[in-house]
Amino acid sequence: MSVADTEKPISPLVENWHYFTHSRGALVGLIVFMFMVVVALISPWIAPHDPAVQYRDAFLVPPVWEDGGQWKFILGTDSVGRDLLSRIMVGARYSLLIGLVVVAMSLTSGIVVGLIAGFVGGRTDTIIMRIMDILLAFPSLLLALVLVAILGPSLFNAMIAIAVTNLPHFSRLTRGEVMGQKGLDYVTATRVAGASRLRLMFRTILPNCLAPLIVQGTLAFSNAILDAAALGFLGMGAQPPTPEWGTMLADAREYITSAWWVVTMPGLAILVTVIAINLIGDGLRDALDPKLKRS
Amino acid sequence: MTAPLLQVDELRVTFDIRPPGAWPWTPSLKLQAVGGVSLQLAPGEALGIVGESGSGKSTLARAIIGTIPSTGGRVIFDGRDLTTMDPATRRRHRRDVQMIFQDPLAALNPRMNVGDIIAEPLLTHEPGLGRKAARRQAAELMERVGLLPNLINRYPHEFSGGQCQRIGIARALILRPRLLICDEPVSALDVSIRAQVVNLLKDLQREFGVAMIFIAHDLSVVRHVSDRILVMYLGKMMEVAPARALIATPRHPYTKALIAAVPIPDPLREKARPRPVLEGELPSPLNPPSGCVFRTRCPIARPSCAEGPPAVLNPGPGHFVACPWIDEA
Repeated sequence: MSVADTEKPISPLVENWHYFTHSRGALVGLIVFMFMVVVALISPWIAPHDPAVQYRDAFLVPPVWEDGGQWKFILGTDSVGRDLLSRIMVGARYSLLIGLVVVAMSLTSGIVVGLIAGFVGGRTDTIIMRIMDILLAFPSLLLALVLVAILGPSLFNAMIAIAVTNLPHFSRLTRGEVMGQKGLDYVTATRVAGASRLRLMFRTILPNCLAPLIVQGTLAFSNAILDAAALGFLGMGAQPPTPEWGTMLADAREYITSAWWVVTMPGLAILVTVIAINLIGDGLRDALDPKLKRS
Repeated sequence: MTAPLLQVDELRVTFDIRPPGAWPWTPSLKLQAVGGVSLQLAPGEALGIVGESGSGKSTLARAIIGTIPSTGGRVIFDGRDLTTMDPATRRRHRRDVQMIFQDPLAALNPRMNVGDIIAEPLLTHEPGLGRKAARRQAAELMERVGLLPNLINRYPHEFSGGQCQRIGIARALILRPRLLICDEPVSALDVSIRAQVVNLLKDLQREFGVAMIFIAHDLSVVRHVSDRILVMYLGKMMEVAPARALIATPRHPYTKALIAAVPIPDPLREKARPRPVLEGELPSPLNPPSGCVFRTRCPIARPSCAEGPPAVLNPGPGHFVACPWIDEA
């Protein structure tokens, strides 16, 4: 048998991509999300104005399609004359960064904590999971508020706070998966083959637990954006004049009745991003769950 | 007789069971899965272990290999006591004892391709070997167990049960172990595949000169593979004898019932022969009968059977029976 006969491996990645693209919603979500990412990356060059510059002659200018709108400010301006479109474009950077950092922090720490709890079991498991239960017992936004109050209000501290409130979800999920996988024969087989505990945990068990974690990760991404917006709205997240979407909402709340666009535009940006990411999450869940796979 | 490769002395495995709704201070129930089993295995010998479900066969195997902690007794492999070894030393000795599992698909990591699965034990023990060389050895072994080596990049779910079991066999043999423990290796397989896998195991055992413990609940499979057969019931040894002697002249009433349960592939003879069918169910191992554990279902039980563990008789060479009444029944 020559090497040339050896079949090309169908990697699970290619296979999952195939199933992922089966779902229209997921594909649309992915396209919208990629668009957001591109806009965020090149926003300093394509934004029509500097997001912090205040045009003193153009307070609360409505969008172009309204009476009194100007092509100079396509989505209008806010109460101090800053261009909304530019602020939303640059704000995408902050929102996506928040999602990324929060998911990275809570996913890695949640996996480590959950893996240890599930694999070691016994008293270690009980202690870790009771701590997680205590974290879960607080309303998540309240807990984040308390943490930010302790750490001091800033965007990065808000991210840490949101990551901490997300931690129990990831560790519970990991623990459950690990406990399910731990008893299976392939783990015993690897142990019999002489693998160390670390290798068993991270190389053998973890890859088989990843599917639900990836899905939870995408959903947490959109939740993190919402939580950061909520913290920003309460003045505990990004500080003005940072064009973070939640902070923009907070600044605009006095004008909800008089100048609707100031509050609607950043709100729409949050809505579209969150829906896109949730669609991706649903698509991933369908693609990664073997039970939902059609041959 | 040469020095035994494996010697198991009075091995006990007890599980703590938390009764449902227990308070933290309620004492846990003790489930004795293996209640003091002793056995010896010479190099290259094949020992079959039979017994119905729940008799402790798998637990015994897993206690020998060390994935379930034993609560008493000793496991001496090649002159060293495995039960008192520290975990690091133990891990280095893992390569001498390998295992084949009952569910062939569940025993293979679904995220790894076949080549990596077979090569993994080799890479764990000889990290300097390199993935390429290890995979080359894996491919050779695939050919030996009857798999096309060009399937090396496939994933386990693309194979049938019998093929998966061949992969499991290749993985167990790649380290050239001296003892192979097969935990019901053919029970999950289709009847038509069983004979192939059993014959493959038998051939490989001769070729590699590996000692084997072959566990099954089906006597007809075990007697093809084994030199000696050990019969277990509720965690205790009932009878052990050379395979031929055990099948031809079973002495223990439980062994007799087991052999009678094997159907004869001839309807006329099958109908004509007497069938001593065991009555009742396997007693709960949480509350085993006193004395001889088999006495509640035994056709020749006497009141004195409840008093203490049965005496072990030696009716023939290498033949031991845990029943004092075999000559009177």
